[in-house]
Amino acid sequence: MARIIVDEVHCKGCGLCVTACPKGVLALDDENITPKGYHPAKLVEPDGCIGCSSCFLTCPDVAITVVK
Amino acid sequence: MADEKSTPVEDRVLMKGNEVLAEAAMRAGCRYFFGYPITPQTELAAYMAKKLPKIGGTFLQAESEIAAINMVYGAGAAGARAMTSSSSPGVSLKGEGVSYMAGADVPGVIVNVERGGPGLGGIQPSQSDYFQATRAMGHGDFFMPVLAPSTVQEMADLIYLAFDLADEYRTPAMILADGMIGQMMEPVTLPPARDPESLPKKPWATTGTHMEREHNVVNSLYLTPQKLEDTNRERFERYEKIKATQQRQELFMADDADILIVAFGASSRIARTAIRRARDKGIKVGLLRPITLWPFPEDAINQAIDGGCKALMSVELNMGQMVEDVRLAAHGRADVSFYGRTGGVLPTPEEILDQIEALAARIGCAPSAKAGE
Amino acid sequence: MAMEKTLPSYQQDRIKINDGEKIVSARPHALSDKVFNFCPGCTHGIVHRLVAEAIDELGIEGETIGISPVGCSVMNYDFFNCDMIEAAHGRAPAVATGVKRVHPDKIVFAYQGDGDLASIGTAETVHAATRGEHITVIFINNAIYGMTGGQMAPTSLPNQVTQTSPYGRDVSKVGFPIRMSELLATLDGPAYIERVACDTTAHIRQAKKAIKKAFENQVNGVGYSFVEVVSTCPTNWGMTPQAAFEWLRENMLPYYPLGVYKDVVADGFDDALGAAAARAADCPIAQQKREA
Repeated sequence: MARIIVDEVHCKGCGLCVTACPKGVLALDDENITPKGYHPAKLVEPDGCIGCSSCFLTCPDVAITVVK
Repeated sequence: MADEKSTPVEDRVLMKGNEVLAEAAMRAGCRYFFGYPITPQTELAAYMAKKLPKIGGTFLQAESEIAAINMVYGAGAAGARAMTSSSSPGVSLKGEGVSYMAGADVPGVIVNVERGGPGLGGIQPSQSDYFQATRAMGHGDFFMPVLAPSTVQEMADLIYLAFDLADEYRTPAMILADGMIGQMMEPVTLPPARDPESLPKKPWATTGTHMEREHNVVNSLYLTPQKLEDTNRERFERYEKIKATQQRQELFMADDADILIVAFGASSRIARTAIRRARDKGIKVGLLRPITLWPFPEDAINQAIDGGCKALMSVELNMGQMVEDVRLAAHGRADVSFYGRTGGVLPTPEEILDQIEALAARIGCAPSAKAGE
Repeated sequence: MAMEKTLPSYQQDRIKINDGEKIVSARPHALSDKVFNFCPGCTHGIVHRLVAEAIDELGIEGETIGISPVGCSVMNYDFFNCDMIEAAHGRAPAVATGVKRVHPDKIVFAYQGDGDLASIGTAETVHAATRGEHITVIFINNAIYGMTGGQMAPTSLPNQVTQTSPYGRDVSKVGFPIRMSELLATLDGPAYIERVACDTTAHIRQAKKAIKKAFENQVNGVGYSFVEVVSTCPTNWGMTPQAAFEWLRENMLPYYPLGVYKDVVADGFDDALGAAAARAADCPIAQQKREA
């Protein structure tokens, strides 16, 4: 099973990963705020991640790690 | 038959000033020259173009003076002894790069074989870039050692020294010569050739981390005001050391002088003749020839005043620039005046002699009538 | 042989990998832990990752010296773990030239934006290219000056509204954008020139290939390599990062077509010198053999 881990030190909540995800399983986490004051990206449907790395590729802050 | 181009130059030779700058720079361990053609310094670049490739160095004619100085910045940041040369209008273009070198503490040598200005000016000798060299070579708060040769021998000695000072204090350094010294031939004893590999290592240089150390960054950007101030203060502490240890001057007939002519480079040579003639007429006049223009030899000026010198006359090939440093150094303790020609016009010894006689009369140091008879 | 991916040391405490999990994608080691100073959604960060990945994959971090520009990426000397030099505005190719001449065995790259590379530094860019300096140049074209707050760039599109073209770029008065890849491709010096974009995962994958090739060319002594990345500036374009990608596709890609503009290796030559000699086949003096 694949999943992503968002490094909240780097994430700026731009949402490009959310748009890039072909499965639509990412969202910005309204209930969480990073040390820099952004809502970070979050895998909201853990079962839906296929580990394709589209989010990683698009992330401008290199905040995402993809594992399988 | 040996290849003429690769024949080593003997140590005692008759050579042109500009070529001596090049030969001595190579002997100082400089292997990288980046420049752009401009009169009256082009012989230096041509000599480098011929010789540097033969000793494993790089001569590169840049697309502009701006590119040339930034290549020097890059080569200097990469740990090498590098230089560029130009003449007044071209040196103005280098101001940006020199400021970055100063700000990033990157050593390198800039040669200015001055010609008349402002603007395109002329191509005859001048000293009208004194302010630029000693005050404001570029934007920001910085100085750099400025060395002023007055003989072809000094072209060799001072560029050798310039490379050492640049490395020791991590600063750009300048040779401020003029078209007269650059174009003249004189016998010269060349300094020994140094292997660049034998020079002190530069652990701060960007040479690749080899994954063995933290990365080195050569940089002049400090967006935190306190950090920039701290960096500038540290640099100015180095400047204080330079001022304390590197002031250089030559004194000629100065021991008993009532009047000192202060002159550097080409004008000092003419002044010397005038001083001899004035001495023949019984006027106690001598020469104080700054060799370092920055740091200005203010200690020597003060010692001369302490020793009884009453008047200082700055003789320059400009409208009066170094005279301001003379005035600052004298601090009101001696009469300070100026005589200069500009535009590439050189003063004659007679002209300077007239000035000396008038000054001597004005300050009451003219020889008594009988002394001269 | 693909090496197994690992986390950079600074991430090992905060990124928890479970037993049995393998890393598919992670931050490249050539990037430091410094948070990018770019605005959220700025594509500079994507290109920084691609450069760092190329450095990682070629195993050249310890042998690489980068030149930072003036512009939004001015502080990228903090982002890369290799040795870095900060250049004056536009002078990165000249600085890179100085470094490469001193260390011909090192990998030297310049990273520059459009104002830096195509306006104030056009002379340095063109001449480093025509000299065929063995350097790698990464060019970010986002059609605006970002750092200074959104002024017209040499690559701003006709009628594009910026702070200094408030009525839209009037080409009848201020002239046309410069297509740098096309311009440089007319020169003999470059070995490889490609324009890529970073708006879609497919384009980003292609950008990665191009950037890696531009570094590989230097490792292999092929010659000057230049990659233009058509990029966005959501903040100064006044759009969301997503809308900026749409605008890029709609307006920039038709003006700045993607593709390879020069590739001497693909053309069958060993390097740029060979290609240039073939082009000048009818010029006797250009054909003279040189002693080594």
